[in-house]
Amino acid sequence: MATTTVEGVEHGHGHAHEVDFYKESHGLKSWLFTLDHKRIGIMYLVGTLTAFMIAGILALIFRAELLTPQIDLLVNAANPNFQEAASLGRDLYNKLFTLHGALMVFVFIIPVVPAALGNFFLPLMLGAKDVAFPRLNLLSFYIWVLGTAILAVAVLAGQLDTGWTFYTPYSTTKGVGPVVLANLGAFVLGFSSILTGVNFIVTVHKMRAPGMTWNRMPLFIWALYATAVIQVLATPVLAITLLLLVAENVFNIGIFNPAMGGDPVLFQHFFWFYSHPAVYIMILPAFGIISEVISVHAKKHIFGYKAIALSSVAIAIISFLVWGHHMFVSGQSEFAGALFSFLTFAVAVPTAIKVFSWIATLYGGSITLNTPMLYGLMFLFTFTIGGLTGLFLGALSTDVQLHDSYFVVAHFHYVMMGGNVIALLAALHHWYPKMFGRMYNETHGKIGAALVMIGFNLTFFSQFMMGSRGMARRYAEYQPEFQPYHIASTIGAFILGLGLFFTLFYLVRGLFKGKKVGANPWGAVSLEWATQSPPIMHNFHDTPHVDSDPYNFPEIDHSRATGGHH
Amino acid sequence: MMGLSSHWLADAAAGLANDMSDASFWMPTQASDQASRVDSLFDFILWLSVFFFVVLMAATVRFAWKYRQKSPNQRTSPVKHNFKIEFLWSAVPTVLLVVIFAWGFNDFTALSATPSNALNLRVVAKQWAWTVSYPQLDRECTPTIDPVSGTQATTFYLPANQPFTVQLSSDDVLHSFWIPAFRVKKDAVPNRYTGFTVTPTVPGSYHLFCAEYCGTNHSRMEGTVEVLNAEDWAKFLSKEDERCKLDLKAPNYGEKLFAKYGCAGCHSVTEDRATVVGPGLYGLPGREESTSAGKVVADDDYLRESIVYASKKIVSGFEGKQMPSFEGRLSEQEIGALIDYIKGLDGHENDGGPTNDDKNE
Repeated sequence: MATTTVEGVEHGHGHAHEVDFYKESHGLKSWLFTLDHKRIGIMYLVGTLTAFMIAGILALIFRAELLTPQIDLLVNAANPNFQEAASLGRDLYNKLFTLHGALMVFVFIIPVVPAALGNFFLPLMLGAKDVAFPRLNLLSFYIWVLGTAILAVAVLAGQLDTGWTFYTPYSTTKGVGPVVLANLGAFVLGFSSILTGVNFIVTVHKMRAPGMTWNRMPLFIWALYATAVIQVLATPVLAITLLLLVAENVFNIGIFNPAMGGDPVLFQHFFWFYSHPAVYIMILPAFGIISEVISVHAKKHIFGYKAIALSSVAIAIISFLVWGHHMFVSGQSEFAGALFSFLTFAVAVPTAIKVFSWIATLYGGSITLNTPMLYGLMFLFTFTIGGLTGLFLGALSTDVQLHDSYFVVAHFHYVMMGGNVIALLAALHHWYPKMFGRMYNETHGKIGAALVMIGFNLTFFSQFMMGSRGMARRYAEYQPEFQPYHIASTIGAFILGLGLFFTLFYLVRGLFKGKKVGANPWGAVSLEWATQSPPIMHNFHDTPHVDSDPYNFPEIDHSRATGGHH
Repeated sequence: MMGLSSHWLADAAAGLANDMSDASFWMPTQASDQASRVDSLFDFILWLSVFFFVVLMAATVRFAWKYRQKSPNQRTSPVKHNFKIEFLWSAVPTVLLVVIFAWGFNDFTALSATPSNALNLRVVAKQWAWTVSYPQLDRECTPTIDPVSGTQATTFYLPANQPFTVQLSSDDVLHSFWIPAFRVKKDAVPNRYTGFTVTPTVPGSYHLFCAEYCGTNHSRMEGTVEVLNAEDWAKFLSKEDERCKLDLKAPNYGEKLFAKYGCAGCHSVTEDRATVVGPGLYGLPGREESTSAGKVVADDDYLRESIVYASKKIVSGFEGKQMPSFEGRLSEQEIGALIDYIKGLDGHENDGGPTNDDKNE
């Protein structure tokens, strides 16, 4: 039976509904200077989702351009010089996908789950009053704002058209200013991640509620913990890259610039030494979400708790050793290629274990197919495709064909969007009643999920098909033979856009019109559900005591023989 | 804008029809020996993935339906873990992944073999066009400019069933030389040679793309590979054929440059390796030299570095003698021609073949 007890609050008898953290204080200042992790989390959520919306609209614009093989939508028809107009159109296309990628990766996906949802739920799930360093937490938010501003200035004022990877020497041909600024922006954003990461590590170590051993922590916490470790260790490499870029230009020593005898491939090593672990910063928290959502809505103990928790840690470690798989055709030695390929396959094993464990969790459950669960199941579908297509890219000979093609674009989106964003949608619906004290419209939720499922798969599955057949990425114009796939992809993108805007609509509507809910509408047993919705300022009236694990649902029939080990 | 896009549906239908004639569902036409190797592994991973995907999704759907909540007090299974199942689903993927790794690595290394009968190609990438030259032949395929769009495209020619070795370099930023029908791709990097060897198998014309983003006209950095049968290749090689003819006669192009840039003023080229001012160059390629930066083998990369940045590795005994820098003064073609000339001095390397040993890490 569920034996997690929260003294005084259990079953909502001890206290009447009290002032929640939204109503604790009022006015803009009470938000801008707040030290409350929940308010900081909400501010991050609004900020990151705004970036997501802007970057998504940019994608719709260039997907519309890609309906036809020639550049036309982005061309200024009034320009009498056709060649010049076409070149300017291609330039605009290049800037659009650069801004799309930079915003999505650095401003949205990296911080959204740890900084927004992690901030809100990590202390609640640990039974703590706040994170260990609330002031540092607020500082990290403002550093995120600063980093976003620097990146936006770099891309807009610097007319950056390098793609989000900023590869030298192309990125430095028009002066080093924009690329230094863009790297600075990425680093400042990363620095914000470091502060969040340090804060989370200390909070997890020192502020768990009495009785919450490491093996009683929710898997979302394990995932955030593994993510925090990567954030703290990987981000400094961005700073080193930045310093080297500056040093190269101030002291005229050739580091990356071939004109000075430097090696542009070295930049790729530095870039991916940060950015590959960053991919796991993006996906690990999503794994944590899925563990929570699937077990709660199946009322089943998560299958293989230790395997899931430790595989997060294993992924965090191996993620530092696979960066060279982005560079199999860059001229890096074959020996290095072989090592990186092997290590890449090594990271696939713990990932596979997680997927198997989530599916096994469904076995023998009491499954409610509500919106969070539908997104959880959708994640299993899209992320499995994303993971399996990674095998084609991890193998050396097939990667030679697929590298820098739409196959990579599709794989990346299946992992990042099919993984992280679908999990984020699951989390937003799962924790919505806790965050806002109201419920969204369930029918609307299902319609939105169906649109997202159809739109997403149409958009990106067609990209696998054109990629392996020879469609290179970052092309403003293409051979006519690829047009059918591009049309399918563009139609999909607009369906996906419709689904996401619809989701935004009913989630915002629910804030005002949604039905009020109690502390624990899903019947979950982790600590965030043991306090009222929305939570009070200090989370819990009395320190909760934990004497069981967070997946010990009352529905579990302990009298049944399991046929396995306990 | 409307004029261009109004026929897009018709274009698309035509594109699809055209496309279905000569390609598999996933891959373009197989036109090289590497293509069938890559496609075998691709198909292996594909069917393995399809199998696992179907099994996993079938289990997901079955569980989600069978164990859906039928009544609010439905009880659930207490299973938390099962060592045997977990061991099995860790071990089986591990074995399969090792197989995929080894298979992919094995086929990958085939690209770096350098058979003695290989035709050598020197490919220089420059924003936004390719130049393909044949050091053993009197040929250089340069881009042609489209009078309407202003974009450049390069057509070059290869014999079927003879391996060719590409030595890639770049005059400016990163590019990537991709022929999808051959399943080969390699980045062109400034200041460094990269390359691969592959054998075209089916006569026909195939797309060449730039795969590494390189700026404004990246998507228009195009080319066509014409793979010729024996008869057509003989025609291409004949003196009367005007395709890809060089302006400067190939045999003394390098020699002319050697004179033009004043190299002959300091470096002897005769067998006695006389020291004029700098070291003699006869027999230098492939020899081990002791330099200010330690012992180095005089390979193509060393020769290019010594031409462009002479002071980086100074041969012992010549310290203090400043060779002028040729940084930024020579095009890639010129550097290539100079290296060929130096390699041809002793008579038995006069094929000028680029070395392709990927020792640059």
